[in-house]
Amino acid sequence: MIRRTLLATAAAGLTLALGAPAMAQDDPTKACFVYVGPIGDGGWTYQHHQGALALQEEYGDAVEIAYQESVPEGADSERVITQMALSGCDIIFTTSFGYMDPTNNVAAKFPDVKFEHSTGYKREHPNVSTYNARFYEGRAVVGHIAGKMTETNKIGYIGSFPIPEVIMGINSYYHHAKLANPEVELVVTWAYTWFDPAKEADAARAMLDQGVDVITAHTDSTAPLAEIGKEDGSAWGFGQASDMAAFMTNEDGTPGPRIASIIDDWSPYYIKRVGQLMDGTYEQIDSWAGMPEGEVVIGEMNDAIPDDVKAEAEALIASIETGEYHPFTGPINKQDGSAWLAEGETAKDGTLLGMDFYIEGITGDIPN
Amino acid sequence: MIRLEKRPQPSKTWTVATPILAVVLTMIFGGIMFGLIGTSPVEAIRTIFWDPLFHPQFANFSRPQLLVKAGPLILIAIGLSIGFRAGIWNIGAEGQYIMGAIVGAAAGLALYPMESALILPLMIVAGALGGWAWAMIPGLLKVKFGTNEILVSLMLVYVAENILASVSSGVLRNPEGMGFPGSRNLAQWSSSQNLDLIPGTGMHLGVLSAFIAVILAYVLLTRHIQGFNIRLSGQAPRAAKFAGVAPARIILFCLGMAGALAGMAGLFEVTGPAGQVSIDFGSGYGFTAIIVAFLGRLHPVGILLAGLLMALTYIGGELAQLMLGVPGASIQLFQGMLLFFLLGVDVLTNYRVRFGAGEVA
Repeated sequence: MIRRTLLATAAAGLTLALGAPAMAQDDPTKACFVYVGPIGDGGWTYQHHQGALALQEEYGDAVEIAYQESVPEGADSERVITQMALSGCDIIFTTSFGYMDPTNNVAAKFPDVKFEHSTGYKREHPNVSTYNARFYEGRAVVGHIAGKMTETNKIGYIGSFPIPEVIMGINSYYHHAKLANPEVELVVTWAYTWFDPAKEADAARAMLDQGVDVITAHTDSTAPLAEIGKEDGSAWGFGQASDMAAFMTNEDGTPGPRIASIIDDWSPYYIKRVGQLMDGTYEQIDSWAGMPEGEVVIGEMNDAIPDDVKAEAEALIASIETGEYHPFTGPINKQDGSAWLAEGETAKDGTLLGMDFYIEGITGDIPN
Repeated sequence: MIRLEKRPQPSKTWTVATPILAVVLTMIFGGIMFGLIGTSPVEAIRTIFWDPLFHPQFANFSRPQLLVKAGPLILIAIGLSIGFRAGIWNIGAEGQYIMGAIVGAAAGLALYPMESALILPLMIVAGALGGWAWAMIPGLLKVKFGTNEILVSLMLVYVAENILASVSSGVLRNPEGMGFPGSRNLAQWSSSQNLDLIPGTGMHLGVLSAFIAVILAYVLLTRHIQGFNIRLSGQAPRAAKFAGVAPARIILFCLGMAGALAGMAGLFEVTGPAGQVSIDFGSGYGFTAIIVAFLGRLHPVGILLAGLLMALTYIGGELAQLMLGVPGASIQLFQGMLLFFLLGVDVLTNYRVRFGAGEVA
């Protein structure tokens, strides 16, 4: 009990002693970003940084941005976030799941600074908001393309970790591939990493050797595309997180291994939230936006995709963007054959966010 | 002509002076590097070395953080230095650190949500045992089969990292964590939390243990027969054998000690600053501690100072990124320079620089 009291006193003391500079900060509004990778990673962190740059561009001198790259999750991130709050940041975006507890811990000590945590679910204090994007909407589109493009009727998915986010992507990808091509089979390979080019390439190679000819990745590097490229036009893949346009066309002008991509575009969200902070309409939220809001974008499709498939994909994109189609619309059964969604029924967000089951037709088990 | 002439004895003066010279050289060449990327060198060096200690806005927070960052480095480096003195090259402290955290956290979590003042001490013992046991693998293999402890201990780091990934998303996963990898937050469970002993000072049990380890290591190496045996084994293995020192006992003692200290460091980290067992828990302390041990000349007091200096470059480096917008890679380069110069000027300890024409050998 004594320890707890001491902790509370310490937190209060820290706030009194150190909270002041943040409050004293006037214009411009300072937006700070904590990145898990280097800004040149070409994927996850790169896209967040593009969002930060777009924010700067939008508001010019009214906004000042600062960032720190390659911040390890855990103890180091808590210190980095605290230093940002001390340095006068008005709003701090922490852009990786592992920053969840540190973000909430620091938020408790700086009630006047706004904290925005990406991909987490803890909002323990009124100044903590969370934001994520509906990537499964993008998976639906590439799933449809994969179902149409496969010659061997075997498509692949490189999973990072068996968490709801990834399970959701697998289900959406498979469901739409199956709608496009009832013969399709899905192979899932777990890489147990978010970013490790060597492991990602190994996972892609293992699937290609099994006869899989269309692969999507839930990891961040371009290594799977490079591996797929070695098949010389008999296998295809997708850009993940960023456009990965370098793989769109081969040097000889033929279509490259990247036939389309799922792009995370965080700029609309960053511009909206900092704008709200400046005009006083900012409130705590749990944001989960997707293709309608422009946060999930399908990158340009290359010429490996036949025109009729392109047109179908465009129509699917349009129907998701207008909100008339939800990628999880019944009838869909669970893997064990039990009913999940009835005809015309759409999935609830709560079910998706805790998704721990495959849908009917996927073989294999979710690890653990 | 510049010649190097081997000294009959390593120079006492240069042993002390070379680390300082290395830091000065790092400041000069680091300053040039910052200048080349368009940052004021003076401002960059000041931000890294001065601001964490004296900046009016940050210092109240970053001074305690120096202890938090230096604590595990010192604790691990002390253990390693004892082995290095004896010529036992344990490169796998990172693995021992991870295993200590896993075993210690598992021992505590098995009792969750019981509340007892005995849980944290139990976890500390379990953490030390976890690290000790992991270090015993290269130890026993070396004693029984003559394997190379450098390779075995290093390879076991990768094994430990995979065990960490497995338990984070398996047996130790937080049942209330919505399926995400990572254990319950040990810093938020009052029975297991390792908080600052005096709030706001950064002085948690791990830092205190590091200071105690410095004192005990000093006593061991200078006042105890086992310390003499260790130094003798390193400097003159044959003489040590004639003096009746059993090499196997020295090997197991040194590896076991280093493993136990690294395991404790892991446990203190997982119950305090890190808070949970997660896939990214291993943050390289075990490897950085090797640098700290050598930067501190394998001397306990030197290690204490080296650990604090290393922590300063980390925290100062973070401030420089935030305040001056220098890229993260430039900070790593800066730290690399420090190690490079340290190893480079080491030549002055063992060699004398002679100018003028050399005699023909």
